[in-house]
Amino acid sequence: MTTWQIVILASVICVALKVTGYLVPPRAFEHPTVARITNLLTVALLAALIAVQTLGAGQSIQVDARLPAVVVAAGLYALRVPFVLVVIAAAAVAALIRAFT
Amino acid sequence: MSSPRTPEERTALRAALAVGLATAAYGVSFGALATLSGLDIWQTCFLSLVMFTGGSQFALIGVLASGGLTAGGAAVTSAALLGTRNVFYSIRMAPVIGPGFFRRAAAAQLTIDESVAVSTAQTTPSAQRLGFWVTGILIYVGWNLTTLIGALIGDLLGDVSAYGLDAAAAAAFLGLLWPRLKVRQTQAVAVAAALVATLLTPVLVPGLPVIVAAVVAIVVGGFNLFARTPREPGEST
Repeated sequence: MTTWQIVILASVICVALKVTGYLVPPRAFEHPTVARITNLLTVALLAALIAVQTLGAGQSIQVDARLPAVVVAAGLYALRVPFVLVVIAAAAVAALIRAFT
Repeated sequence: MSSPRTPEERTALRAALAVGLATAAYGVSFGALATLSGLDIWQTCFLSLVMFTGGSQFALIGVLASGGLTAGGAAVTSAALLGTRNVFYSIRMAPVIGPGFFRRAAAAQLTIDESVAVSTAQTTPSAQRLGFWVTGILIYVGWNLTTLIGALIGDLLGDVSAYGLDAAAAAAFLGLLWPRLKVRQTQAVAVAAALVATLLTPVLVPGLPVIVAAVVAIVVGGFNLFARTPREPGEST
C-alpha cells in the first residue's frame, strides 16, 4: 500500500464507524459485555502503543532516552499538567539525555 | 450571542469552550509527529479533516513510524480498532441530535470523545445538544488549524530522534490513556497489554504486537476479570 492508500482507507473506516451508530438500531450494541470490551479495547491499544513507542526499535527492544522521558511524562500527568506541556517536556527530556550521552 | 440562554445552556457553553480549546491545542503535536513519521503535509491534514478522531490518528502515525509502509495493514487495523468506541458514542448521541440527514451526517463527523463527554455531562436536552455541537465544531476547526501549524513545524524540524519527538509520541499516547486509568480493570488491561506488546515485539513484524495486545481487552472484558468486588472493603494495594 502507498501512504495515501493507507491514510484514505483508515479514514474511510473511521468515518464509517461514526456513521454506523446513527444508522443501526441501538439494540444491536446494547449488550454490556460488548460495551465493556470496546472500552477496554481503547485502553489495551493505547497501552500497547505506549510500550512499543517507548521500547521498540524495529523488531527489537531497546532501553534508551525514551524511557526516562515517558516516566517524566507520567509524573507530569499525575500532577495534572496540560497535555501540550507534557508532550514538549517529554521531547525535551529525551533530547537532553541524547545530547549529553 | 444576545439570545437568552438557560443556566444549564450557559454551563454547557463554558464546558464546551474549556474542553474545545484545550483539545484543539494538542493538534500541534499530532501535526508535528505525523510529518516526522513520514506523512506529507497534505496527508497529515487529510487525517484531521476526514478521520478526525485523535486516538486513531495517533495510532496510524505511530505504527507507520515504527514499521514503515510494510506495517500499513497493521496501521489501518489499529486506527480502526481504536475508532470502534465512536460507534457507541454515536448510538448514545443519536437521540440527542434528532432526525434529519444533513444534521446527522454533520453530527457523525463531530462524534468524538470530547463532544460526547461534554454533552452527556449536561442535565437538560437543549444543553446536551448545545454542548455537543459547540464542543464538536470548536475542536474540528481548532484541531485542523493546529494540525496544519504542527505539520509545518514538523516539516522544518527534520530528524526525529535528535529532538526527542519519538518520546513525545509515547507521551502523547500516555496523555490519551491517562484519564481512562481510574478503575482497577482498565489499569490491569493497560499493564497486561503493554507487557504483551513488549514481549511480542522481537517475535512479530512491527505493528502486529499492538493488535495482538488488543486480545487482552477481549479476554478481560469478555470474562469481566478484575472488576471491582464489593466484598473486599479493606483491600490493600
